[in-house]
Amino acid sequence: MKILVPVKRVVDSNIKPLVKSDNSGVEVGGVKMSMNPFDETAVEEAVRLKEQKIASEVVVISIGEPKCQDTLRTAMAMGADRGILVTSEDALESLSVAKILQHFVTKEQPDVVLMGKQASDDDMNATGQILAAKLGWAQGTFVSKLELSDGKAQITREIDDGQEILELTLPAVITTDLRLNEPRFASLPNIMKAKKKPIETVALADLGVDTAVRLQVKSVAESSSVREGVIVGSVEELMDKLQNEAKVI
Amino acid sequence: MAVLVLLSYEKGDQIRKISRSAISAAGKLGTEVHALLVGDHLDGLSQKASQLQGIQKLLVAEHAAYAHMQAEPVADLIASLAGSYEFIVAPANAEGKDILPRLAGLLDVQPISDVVEMIDASTFVRPIYAGSILATVTSKDAKKLLSVRGTTFEAVAETGGNATIEKIENLPASDKQLSVFKELKLSQSDRPELESARVVISGGRGMQSGENFVLLEKIADQLDAAIGASRAAVDAGFVPNDYQVGQTGKIVAPELYVAVALSGAIQHLAGMKDSKIVVAINKDPEAPIFKVSDYGIIGDLFEILPQLEAALKAR
Ligand SMILES: Cc1cc2nc3c(=O)[nH]c(=O)nc-3n(C[C@H](O)[C@H](O)[C@H](O)COP(=O)(O)OP(=O)(O)OC[C@H]3O[C@@H](n4cnc5c(N)ncnc54)[C@H](O)[C@@H]3O)c2cc1C
Ligand SMILES: Cc1cc2nc3c(=O)[nH]c(=O)nc-3n(C[C@H](O)[C@H](O)[C@H](O)COP(=O)(O)OP(=O)(O)OC[C@H]3O[C@@H](n4cnc5c(N)ncnc54)[C@H](O)[C@@H]3O)c2cc1C
Repeated sequence: MKILVPVKRVVDSNIKPLVKSDNSGVEVGGVKMSMNPFDETAVEEAVRLKEQKIASEVVVISIGEPKCQDTLRTAMAMGADRGILVTSEDALESLSVAKILQHFVTKEQPDVVLMGKQASDDDMNATGQILAAKLGWAQGTFVSKLELSDGKAQITREIDDGQEILELTLPAVITTDLRLNEPRFASLPNIMKAKKKPIETVALADLGVDTAVRLQVKSVAESSSVREGVIVGSVEELMDKLQNEAKVI
Repeated sequence: MAVLVLLSYEKGDQIRKISRSAISAAGKLGTEVHALLVGDHLDGLSQKASQLQGIQKLLVAEHAAYAHMQAEPVADLIASLAGSYEFIVAPANAEGKDILPRLAGLLDVQPISDVVEMIDASTFVRPIYAGSILATVTSKDAKKLLSVRGTTFEAVAETGGNATIEKIENLPASDKQLSVFKELKLSQSDRPELESARVVISGGRGMQSGENFVLLEKIADQLDAAIGASRAAVDAGFVPNDYQVGQTGKIVAPELYVAVALSGAIQHLAGMKDSKIVVAINKDPEAPIFKVSDYGIIGDLFEILPQLEAALKAR
């Protein structure tokens, strides 16, 4: 069984993103970049499936600037076998990413595409579902438990008021909830080994995939959550504030 | 300009409040708003839904294949209806986020997730980077697919409307069985739904155990509050997963949000920063949660919560 894992390079989620002074976008120059945490979960799960001999090959793919190579290397240090780098200078929207992934699914013929439910920068939560629709495949979104067996995937999904268990017919697109597992840290020897694993580099322009922008980001602005933070000295004082000042109880 | 709104309901027979917010958001896009109710055995729900304010027509698609709202058949269904609509709106909950992007793939549209504001018919505001940044986006798609947050659009009234009910007879075949339903594990709770409760009280890692959540429950009883949690509390197994508030959990905006023994990580704030009043209870004066609170008490939860319970009882 072959698993394809798309991995996105994003601003590290521990870093507070800053808006560019002209409000045209988010400052990414000189900022620490990491693998999207949801994709780390996907890589971890794929590697575990390989260790359990359920998967035979784990291929990772990243789309973006040449630096996405680092993200692929991280995934390979975790245990993925090889990488595909699709280079593009543009910020691509989920529809375009899904179309590019569709191209490589057709080429690579994986049994499962395992990917993050959302990217921690844009939080669109869309690429996996769009890809599943384009392929006519089953989709399992927000998955916190996954069992693969002959031609089927049994999944537990996180839904609005609990969990749901579904059985998907493979091939399928599966998107990860962070609860699926605890991703490992790559060991130094594995980081060294990953440097020798193959990466195939392709320019987006050579693929002939339509990536015309449908959703233009006009401007961005910081959304402050700072409040006054009045520290009260006692529960009585708090009750007084809530009843007489805020009038919420 | 006609708008189709996908309704989301609880497995009992309650139309979710976020569906009513989606209708009010749809009303900002077009004058003709139709709601779509999908599922099986929908008689009771159809009657209820037809009374919602803000919709002229209620489309009802009833079939065993829709009983569990799996994205594959439901997206096929909506695609078959999409020709008549310029906008398709879904609630930005787990259900809407499962179905709407799949529909977008079928229709070759870039979906717009988590809309919090409509600027005009093609310009919308949505949070990115765990809500720390708001992006204003313009869609060039002829047909626009949006999921909307329940927290910023006032819900339409449950009754008072009188929509005509139209049963959809030509349901698209969906016999492919790509996905088979096995089991539903609902977390049982007699409390109000987290996303529509007037008061939410959330506990973090500092609660130390699931048993200690009883302290929060006693306060919730006094305020008819829902109980939430940070990811750390959920991951530690104190409470079920669907209690989680934040970037990867529920988005809430109650009148009063009480954050107990949680530090206020940006990913948590993503889920509650639009609350009207925020109260923090934390023993660490440096905890970031105080900077995003209206009122704070510095102290040990095990001392403060019983005092708060007593004060609420004495009201
Ligand atoms: C400030 C700002 C301005 C922008 N301006 C524009 C603009 O003008 N035009 C434009 O087209 N886009 C623009 N973008 C980018 C665009 O909005 C998003 O990248 C796009 O919506 C993709 O969604 P997502 O990454 O959130 O996907 P999601 O659906 O949230 O991601 C889900 C999964 O898809 C996979 N995935 C997503 N992207 C990649 C990738 N590159 N490589 C590998 N796997 C991937 C990952 O597995 C990920 O976990 C901008 C973004 C920002 C932050
Ligand atoms: C991609 C991503 C997505 C995430 N999504 C979410 C999400 O949706 N929701 C979410 O919540 N988190 C999310 N997180 C995790 C988030 O970053 C934090 O790790 C988490 O919110 C921390 O939980 P906490 O505040 O309960 O724990 P901590 O940060 O450990 O805080 C515990 C607090 O309890 C206080 N405390 C301890 N004992 C007591 C006591 N006796 N009395 C009073 N106070 C006490 C301490 O002072 C401390 O401030 C996400 C992280 C990532 C990377």
